[in-house]
Amino acid sequence: MIRAIGKTCMRAMLAALLADCSGWQSALDAHGPSAVSLKQLIIVIVVVCSLVWMLVMTTMIVALLRRREVRPATPSPHRMTVAVTGAVVATVLIIGTFTVISFLATHALGVAGQDDLTIRVRGLQWWWGFEYIGPNPSDRFETANEIHIPVGRNVRLKLEGLDVIHSFWVPSLAGKQDLVPGRSNELTIRADNPGVYRGQCAEFCGMQHAHMALLVIAQSQDDFDRWSNAQRQAARQPAEEELAAGLQTFLAKPCAGCHTIRGTAATGKTGPDLTHVGSRRTIAAGLFETTRGSLAAWIADPQTIKPGNNMPMVPLTPDELRTVSAYLASLK
Amino acid sequence: MSRPATTPGTRDIELQRTGLTSALAETWKTPSGLWGALATVDHKIIGRRYILTAFVFLALGGVLAALMRIQLALPEARLIGPDRYNQIFTMHGANMMFLFAVPVMEAVAVYFVPLMVGTRNIAFPRLNAFSYWIYLAGGAMLWIAFALDMGPDVGWFAYVPLSGPQYGAGKRADIWAQMITFTEISALAVAVELVVTIFKQRAPGMTLNRIPVFVWAILVTSFLVIMAMPAIVVASTSLILDRLVGTHFYNPAEGGDVLLWQHLFWFFGHPEVYIIFLPAAGMVSTLIEPFARRPAFGYLALVMALIATGILAFGLWVHHMFVAGLPRLGDSFFTASSMAIAMPAGIQVFCWLATLWDGTPDFKTPLLFIIGFIVTFVIGGLTGVMVASVPFDTQVHDTYFVVAHFHYVLIGGAVFPLLGAIHYWFPKLTGRMMSERLGQWSFWLIFAGFNATFFPMHILGLQGMPRRIYTYQPDLPWHGLNLFVSLSAIVLAAGFLLFFINAIRSARSGEVATDNPWNAPTLEWATTSPPPSYNFAMIPVVGGLQPLWENRDALSVADGLRTDRRELLVTTLAEAEPQAREASPQHSIWPLWAAIATTIMLIWSIFSPWAVVWGAIPVAITLIGWFWPKGTPEDES
Amino acid sequence: MREKVVLDLGRLPPHGMGTTSVTWWGTLAFMLIEGTGFALVIAVYLYLMSLAAAWPINAPPPDLLPGTLVTLILLTSLAPNILISRWAEQQDLRKVRIGMVIMSILGIAPLVVRVFEFPALKVSWDSNAYGSVAWTLLGLHTTHIITDLVDTLVLAALMFTRRGNNERRFGDVRDNAMYWNFVVVTWLPIYGCIYWLARL
Repeated sequence: MIRAIGKTCMRAMLAALLADCSGWQSALDAHGPSAVSLKQLIIVIVVVCSLVWMLVMTTMIVALLRRREVRPATPSPHRMTVAVTGAVVATVLIIGTFTVISFLATHALGVAGQDDLTIRVRGLQWWWGFEYIGPNPSDRFETANEIHIPVGRNVRLKLEGLDVIHSFWVPSLAGKQDLVPGRSNELTIRADNPGVYRGQCAEFCGMQHAHMALLVIAQSQDDFDRWSNAQRQAARQPAEEELAAGLQTFLAKPCAGCHTIRGTAATGKTGPDLTHVGSRRTIAAGLFETTRGSLAAWIADPQTIKPGNNMPMVPLTPDELRTVSAYLASLK
Repeated sequence: MSRPATTPGTRDIELQRTGLTSALAETWKTPSGLWGALATVDHKIIGRRYILTAFVFLALGGVLAALMRIQLALPEARLIGPDRYNQIFTMHGANMMFLFAVPVMEAVAVYFVPLMVGTRNIAFPRLNAFSYWIYLAGGAMLWIAFALDMGPDVGWFAYVPLSGPQYGAGKRADIWAQMITFTEISALAVAVELVVTIFKQRAPGMTLNRIPVFVWAILVTSFLVIMAMPAIVVASTSLILDRLVGTHFYNPAEGGDVLLWQHLFWFFGHPEVYIIFLPAAGMVSTLIEPFARRPAFGYLALVMALIATGILAFGLWVHHMFVAGLPRLGDSFFTASSMAIAMPAGIQVFCWLATLWDGTPDFKTPLLFIIGFIVTFVIGGLTGVMVASVPFDTQVHDTYFVVAHFHYVLIGGAVFPLLGAIHYWFPKLTGRMMSERLGQWSFWLIFAGFNATFFPMHILGLQGMPRRIYTYQPDLPWHGLNLFVSLSAIVLAAGFLLFFINAIRSARSGEVATDNPWNAPTLEWATTSPPPSYNFAMIPVVGGLQPLWENRDALSVADGLRTDRRELLVTTLAEAEPQAREASPQHSIWPLWAAIATTIMLIWSIFSPWAVVWGAIPVAITLIGWFWPKGTPEDES
Repeated sequence: MREKVVLDLGRLPPHGMGTTSVTWWGTLAFMLIEGTGFALVIAVYLYLMSLAAAWPINAPPPDLLPGTLVTLILLTSLAPNILISRWAEQQDLRKVRIGMVIMSILGIAPLVVRVFEFPALKVSWDSNAYGSVAWTLLGLHTTHIITDLVDTLVLAALMFTRRGNNERRFGDVRDNAMYWNFVVVTWLPIYGCIYWLARL
């Protein structure tokens, strides 16, 4: 048994050591100017602090181990006062420098201009609503839990907390910012490389705070234009019988009361917009990859999968479940 | 020396030594049995009780931590569901901060400050008894609620709107808010007693610059309590009002503000961590003298650093709100102030290093904990400088990096000195020594276990792991480190277990201790281990910072106090010149009655606002009973 | 450890007044706690005011009459209060007894008027944040008056018993008078806040 424990420990340690700095939700895997500048600041400060710590430890070890005869309590020598004063001055200089470089880094974090792509971010228990805002009302569209952005352009996020405080955090692109009910905060992000970047709510927001993830997908401008045009379209009409039956079920059951599918009679606003749910990589705010099967599992019993979330279990017959999940999966 | 004809009562000079001690014992004793236990006003009995209770809460909080670590060891583990987990982490934080960390520091002060300043009892002894009962009641209420699935689940700082009337269902958040009321009443009461004891009851000759550093630390801490706790009184009261009677302090739709909560909470919350840390810093300055075998270097610097920390502590609170959307320029001011507080902390570290440099280390368990403290607290302080930077914080706020930071400063910065202090003061508290062998073992297990558990959390935070999540998904690269952390926590737990075993066994059968087994310099070592009920047969007279080192053959004392009533000495604030022989109250059951009445009123008010009106009547009655003079000799003037 | 007597405390008085008394310092400490609390609630008032588009929110400014009347009663009570403190220092039992009766009446009077002050706020505590903070400020100060009044009444009763003629009781009277000064003084910024900031 000891050997088993030992093996587990070794495996864990190895995994720990090999857990590289990359990861698709890591501040150390920076892919945007904000995150890059923050990472540089982090590295500088961590390195300097590590050196300070080592200096203090060395001093302490020498202090403890140096040989001397037992001395009666004598007044402190002048030299010691000079040494301590020197240490104090060095501390002042170091933290002064840190304060200045922090201020400069903050200053440099760009603020988006008016022309940049603007997305209204709504934080709700426990999912993300996104509304793309353009100059024309017809350019607007809504989606949920996944946004696409063009590489190399600033994106301005207007953060609105609708129920409790949430926090928008995609560490590979930028630091976090809270969504506070009653206040409007803003965050600018920009991706310099195409890729999929994961984010997660970073302010405790209740039961399923652990499962409130989002994806930011950075694409070339062309790909992005293609994607946003597709998103602007209403949901495609169901081509096959199975899909049509799914839509009917969706409209007949409580689903339409909470969810919107543009182009149908479903106009509910309580839950995520499902017009193009099939095109999203994950469902339930990052819980599962979007497949027909995972959609069916989710619809069948959301409360067991994500206990406490606001989607009730809607009893469906197996046929209804099959057709609804097929229909939703087809909404690309 | 003849006694003046006008002074009534028997004075100590009229008795021989044995007669003196037995007369004092008779006057100052706590009656035996249950009645005595409930009615005692002896600061040592109450202090010991307080320390024990706080350590029980530490153990309970540790169990909660173990549960969390088991749940987080593997991704998407199904051991603990989200509702229970959210209660567990809230309870862990609230329990550790309000029921362990602050009370244990106050408890140690309650026991040792009167001894260190050379007086016979703490000021306002009945209030001291009351404050313990209130603390116990608040802690019991919280844990009983948790056992009944009514434990708060909104995080130890209970942000609105999550804890507000709309999203905080049931009474969970009210339980939290009222627990705050219990513990803050208790803490405020003790703070007042300590300030008055330190200001007015010091031994003759203990001028301001001869007050031990630990006592200075407690003085500054007590002022922090007095000035900071009202903020959380206001916060928790207004939260209860929002939830119970429909006020709108935190409702933005009706002119309230969500961030108001954060401002009020953190205005208290930041000084709160210094309320925990400053006594520990005082303990380090105390322990370092006997174990470096020389006076601490830089008395003035150490004291000034404590005061500076206390003042600066009020200017940092916004650093908890760096990502809430406040104006950037304001945030930057708080970066500067948060970094600045590293200065007095650094000064203290340099003074302690200087003391070790010129001293002759005695590598007993207390010194090991001091060394462990320096290693871990410096890390915690440095990560504090990191999170003080606004841009740095935007990446690590609300992640496991912060969890690592505050555990480094709280465990490294406060618990390590506390454990060292317990080993040091154990003989004075119980009359027996703790086992040195078990002490060394427990230190190394705790030190290694602590670092292995919490250091990786810095990395996890930078790798994107947020706080307060009951689980995480397998596609994130966190499971390796999480498993490592959970396994390391076993080592940490083993270390604490060994400490508890050591304490319990040594209390029963440890080596019997002399008055001053460590050859330490401060006044608590001038009396027996444990001290008699009256602390000192004659009040010591002090001429320097290390009284027992300066007078190795005989202690200077003052006589003239009565032995047939409880008397102690009141002295002037700055120069500690004798002013009056003040009476100290006898044991009384009224503090317990008052605590019971207050408890009923506070718990009732969770459910109905009228409790404040009707419940106040029994409270008033018990307070009148408390203060109504009883014609004892102590009432004479 | 051996002991060597260097000081005789026998000639010291068995009780001190004023700054020699621990209860005086305790009273001061409680004043500091409560003063901080009041300052914070006023800060909350100012904070909410700074956020609001219009202040008061959806309500007229409070009626001046009851509040101003309370202010006058409280200010008037300062005179007998200072006198009773002096009489207590002189340990004049008869005058202190009279003074305690007067202070008891002067403690009840503002409470009677205060009953009318709450509705004069012209807003309910649950209407909006302005109502909430105004009622809370007024309520806190009312609690303040009530607790000090109970203290005064009990002490007044005590002064008429056989235990009344004791230096300690006179010290208590002085501490109580000091606390009443505090109750009156803390009212002034609260009055300014509730009645005059709302009119800015």
